Amino acid sequence: MNSIEVTGLAKSFGEIKAVDDVTFSVGEGEIFAFLGPNGAGKSTTIKMLTTLLQPTAGTIRIQGHDPVTHADAARLAFGIVFQDPSLDDELTAWENLELHGILYGMARKLRRERIDMLLDFVELSDRRNSQVKTFSGGMRRRLEIARGLLHLPRIIFLDEPTLGLDPQTRNHMWSYLKQLNDRDRTTVFFSTHYMDEAERMAQRVAVIDHGKIIATGSPAELKAQTETASLEEAFLALTGHTIRAEEAGATDRMRMVMAARRR
Amino acid sequence: MEMTATMPAAVVPRGAGGRAVWVMWLRQMKRFSRSRTRIFASIAQPLLFLLAFGFGFGAVFRQAGQGDYIQFLAPGIIAMSIMFTAVFSGMEVIWDRQFGFLKETLVAPVPRTGIMLGRTLGGATVAVLQGLLVLVITLVVGFRPDNWALVPVAVLAMALIAVMFTAFGTAMAVRLRDMQGFQLIINFLVMPIFFLSGALFPLSGLPDVMSWIVAVNPLTYGIDAVRGLLIGTSHYSLWLDFAVMLVVAGGLVAIGAALFRKIEA
Repeated sequence: MNSIEVTGLAKSFGEIKAVDDVTFSVGEGEIFAFLGPNGAGKSTTIKMLTTLLQPTAGTIRIQGHDPVTHADAARLAFGIVFQDPSLDDELTAWENLELHGILYGMARKLRRERIDMLLDFVELSDRRNSQVKTFSGGMRRRLEIARGLLHLPRIIFLDEPTLGLDPQTRNHMWSYLKQLNDRDRTTVFFSTHYMDEAERMAQRVAVIDHGKIIATGSPAELKAQTETASLEEAFLALTGHTIRAEEAGATDRMRMVMAARRR
Repeated sequence: MEMTATMPAAVVPRGAGGRAVWVMWLRQMKRFSRSRTRIFASIAQPLLFLLAFGFGFGAVFRQAGQGDYIQFLAPGIIAMSIMFTAVFSGMEVIWDRQFGFLKETLVAPVPRTGIMLGRTLGGATVAVLQGLLVLVITLVVGFRPDNWALVPVAVLAMALIAVMFTAFGTAMAVRLRDMQGFQLIINFLVMPIFFLSGALFPLSGLPDVMSWIVAVNPLTYGIDAVRGLLIGTSHYSLWLDFAVMLVVAGGLVAIGAALFRKIEA
């Protein structure tokens, strides 16, 4: 069984087709990169896969569950690290995880064991009782990864997980994910703008542009298809060199709010 | 493709709704216990009202034959602080949306209604605690309840005010995208609800239009109940006060939950 199965998926906002007849699948235990320029439909697709948006048309299966009709079964099957931070700053690292574990119906013993184990895994054990508002960007991201994995999901979604992280933290993060993928065969689905990252990590990639999938395959296949030397060049060959305009998203608004608050 | 059949829905643990309510309530309590500065800041306003109005209008009120103004005013100020805290708690949804935490709750395998109810009960509990704190302050300023035995019943009325306005705040916040809208709600809805409620003045002998406005304001009934229970004077019957509050609270919670269920991130 494939981990993710998407057929004819579409989402319109009024006249605008954000996602248009998208079909792809991700195998169990695969590391899959979802690439595309700004505004191509990446985040909209991820939101539909993760029950945050209702599709206009098409079908989705997450570990065999339909996120539209069986949202909770689908939700239990995946963990997610959002593009924007989504922790409660006022709570401690441990409390954020505990809250997640309770929401996901984990029995107390398993929950506490997993929390200890994952805090170790992302190297935050010594900061377990610190409020998240004292954490750096990299620490927050690590904690979000721990939280996304807490309930033993079969799939982990990461929407631009390394955005704004320094190379050290990025490498660190990928070594966790790689370990996890090797050990538990957890399917990793991520989006990124760093093509080198996708080329190094992903077994397969899909490129989406203007709401449509324009290429799928292994990085090597995409390079061969476009007769280029790197995935970055292949990406540019596929999507063109025009710079895409994008409305200020939640991340940008957030940055502005944070900047205003620090002042 | 009958994959769904091979994956029984039974993997979803039971009692998800109750868990959501509990954990969201707990979250509000933890946040409240850590916001000492906010607690003290929110005492400043009621204290100011109590001192400025209470002592400022005290002499006039007495000359008009209405008795001690602090006695009259204190229940109104307690209810006011509950309403404000409740609306703010409800509107924390905007904040959670801005800072992302909302999404964590929206992808959780629990009914959205449970999330909304937990938030509402948590916010309402915080508001009642805040109200009790203000009650203590009114005692310091010289307020004395008529009958201490009725104070627990007054707390029940406070809880209903708290639930009404937390749900109100949540319903408003779900429809708002940013903080500008928040100011609008405060200035054009919350302030009028307070000033046109009988918190500051007796309800008898008002001009017609004013008395109609006051009569459709749910806070009026909350204040009337608290005042009736604390100092023994009320405009309506307690039964009417409680009936109105129960209906309005139920309605607002239902509306808030319906709006919350439809949030798309």
